[in-house]
Amino acid sequence: MDLKELYQDIILEHGKSPRNYGKCEKYTHQAKGHNPLCGDQVQVYLKLNKENKVEDLTFEGSGCAISIASTSIMTELVKGKSVKIAKQIIVDFLDMIRNTADIKSKDLDDDQKTKIMSLSGVKQYPMRVKCATLAWHTLTSAIDKKKEDVNTESID
Amino acid sequence: MDINLIKSQFPIFSKKVNGKFLTYLDSSNSSQKPLSVLKALDYFYKNEFSNIGRSIHSLAVNATNKFEETRMSVKKFINANSKDEIIFTKNATEAINLVASSFGQKYIKEGDEILVTDLEHHSNYVPWHYLREAKGAIIKFAPINDDGDIIIEKFKELISPRTKIIAITHLSNVTGTIVPIKEIVEIARKKNVPVLVDGCQSAPHIKIDVKDLDCDFYAISCHKVYGPTGVGILYAKKKWLEELPPYIGGGGMISEVKKNKVSYAPLPGKFEAGTMPTAEVVAFNESIKFMNSIGINNIVKHEAELTGYALEKLKKINSVNIVGNPKNKAGVISFTIKGIHPHDISTIVDEDGVAIRAGHHCCQVLHERLNLTATARASIGVYNTKEDIDVLCKAIENCRKVFGSK
Repeated sequence: MDLKELYQDIILEHGKSPRNYGKCEKYTHQAKGHNPLCGDQVQVYLKLNKENKVEDLTFEGSGCAISIASTSIMTELVKGKSVKIAKQIIVDFLDMIRNTADIKSKDLDDDQKTKIMSLSGVKQYPMRVKCATLAWHTLTSAIDKKKEDVNTESID
Repeated sequence: MDINLIKSQFPIFSKKVNGKFLTYLDSSNSSQKPLSVLKALDYFYKNEFSNIGRSIHSLAVNATNKFEETRMSVKKFINANSKDEIIFTKNATEAINLVASSFGQKYIKEGDEILVTDLEHHSNYVPWHYLREAKGAIIKFAPINDDGDIIIEKFKELISPRTKIIAITHLSNVTGTIVPIKEIVEIARKKNVPVLVDGCQSAPHIKIDVKDLDCDFYAISCHKVYGPTGVGILYAKKKWLEELPPYIGGGGMISEVKKNKVSYAPLPGKFEAGTMPTAEVVAFNESIKFMNSIGINNIVKHEAELTGYALEKLKKINSVNIVGNPKNKAGVISFTIKGIHPHDISTIVDEDGVAIRAGHHCCQVLHERLNLTATARASIGVYNTKEDIDVLCKAIENCRKVFGSK
């Protein structure tokens, strides 16, 4: 375990100055997520256009550096993608955090891969995995228009 | 007292965590165990193991005697009137659930009130919530001030003719507030309301005298008192234990069982159904011996000194904010650092072998009251030293380095 792998500069920077923070205008989907273990909360606002493309994606919430950075990076990577690709990126991200510590996604360019890979160190810290995955589960919930809030304690 | 001699009795402190010697500041969560307790567990299983109670053979008789010896030690430790007032449970949570269930079943009706406080651990709230759901009882929360002290005047006002029981902590596991239980009980007595005290945090750190406190119920968690997991204690005044219906039914708690009738065992058996954590209860006697060998006054003095030292040092670190400032504070120090989430703090100090807790510490109501989602908490045990506090402070400096804050 190496702290520097967990707290990479990209993460610290996104944790301090998150991108796409706030409520976007005319969002079409939204969902809330909550990690009752540490009190992290996130609300994502998603605007899909007629072609089912992510026109805008923003968030509000509070949490640890890992959680905020993960959410911020997620909004950057998913913006502009089709819903189908967005869903695949979520699957690839969760696979990276849980299983491979590598990103398989074909839908991201090298720069984007570097960003998402900065979160792969979380795999070494099992107690922190939920900090990183909360926003991604919440985005799924928004896309699928689920009525129930995401609760990390109910997700494996 | 020789702190190094005390620390040397705990095998875990000779082990390394992340390549560093362990700086254990999570004793409010659970304490480490002295060798004497570990040896007692091992010895009992290797040489003396038997279930207790009914069997006639020598091993069973010996095991029963040892089990009952611990009960006598607990009676003395908390100054109860009789060994029949000491019930072993699986933990303090079960002890409180026992009272909520048995007391609630008999005495709580729709619209009756249960008075708790903003300081309570979930284990002294959720069992009462069951009664709210099952019986339509009302739970009232006595407020605290910003320092973390219960506002006694408001507390008094909240006791109504419908208040059936008061459930209150002796020592907050977040703010370290030592609650003036004697004063609380005196107030409750005047209104004829029984008082249950959650003594999880107090039992290892301050003198417990249930006769002097005059409380009706007192719950203790043995693993926090340098003892094994799997054992809790419920102290209750004998009259209550006689009046209350039993909690869990099964073997050991009965007197006679017929197809149409069951009668219950005399105290304390009535509340101890099924096979008990025999070895753990036997070994807990060594925990009490350990506490007594140091002496509660020495423990209080040592921990107060250490708490003072820690507060002084932590306050000197910019951006550290200590949660609560109660009149009477024990060695439980919750804090936040500006710009760094408690979970990040905990992960980073862990790298230096420092074990603290981060989160809401099973006190979501209290955190909401304090407008906090989470805090970091360093909590002291008798084995901690000033060096431990120094290591913590250095590790906190490292957090600020990692995060680049000034």
